[in-house]
Amino acid sequence: MSNNSRSMQSALGRARGLGAAKADAVGHWSAQRITAVALVPLALWFVFAGVIGNIDSDHAAFRAWIAQPINATLMMLFIFTSFHHGALGMIVVLEDYVHAPAAKHITIMLAKMAAAAGGLFCAISVLTLALGG
Amino acid sequence: MSPSHDRPLSPHLQVYKLHTKIAPLLSIAHRLTGVALAFLGTLFLIYWLGAAAYGPEAFATAQAIFSSPLGILMLFGWTVVLFYHLANGVRHLVWDTGCQVSNEGVRRTAYMMMGSVLGLTVLAWVIGLIVAL
Repeated sequence: MSNNSRSMQSALGRARGLGAAKADAVGHWSAQRITAVALVPLALWFVFAGVIGNIDSDHAAFRAWIAQPINATLMMLFIFTSFHHGALGMIVVLEDYVHAPAAKHITIMLAKMAAAAGGLFCAISVLTLALGG
Repeated sequence: MSPSHDRPLSPHLQVYKLHTKIAPLLSIAHRLTGVALAFLGTLFLIYWLGAAAYGPEAFATAQAIFSSPLGILMLFGWTVVLFYHLANGVRHLVWDTGCQVSNEGVRRTAYMMMGSVLGLTVLAWVIGLIVAL
């Protein structure tokens, strides 16, 4: 053992956090898959019901559509799941291609903030339409 | 801790003959479509829902932009990119179960994936044109 001051630490304890992903790689991996599975029906619903179903809609028609609880619920689920999935994907891409540690951590932080802000704005917009006076 | 430069950094884009092999080309296209959706797809969603929340005039402008020739071209590109990422994402989920992980499986699922992208895109635009006209 090379480091006597850490001899009380287990082999697992020494190895943890030293991998390429540093922390919670399994959590990231499974969250990416769970959001992917959820997005299969949600994205198809968004394209065929949300976008195509509202091709000709004026403001009143779109508002009436999104004010239906099932549509508001599915739209909120689509927003949260897609922004979460997008942030997870962008983090992987940045980890792979941005090698300088400072640039990597800053761009990953910005990707998380942008996803949170964009998702929140979309959610507030849906609530304004569905619940606003 | 800075990256050690005698260790390989993944994934490599320069060392493979991407232009002569279909499998790696489809693989990197999954990332490219994912990044496009995370950047541009989310901007479409933010603009569309935001315009609806800001009122009838803003929403009428948004609907007019999306139904202009340039808007239709952008939406067409968006459907192809979205259906590609969706169908190829399902392909990845199948691989995650351990199925189709072979040269033959990669080839077979590639054809199924590209057929699905074509089918979904045609379906979306045929339904869209029927609804719009």
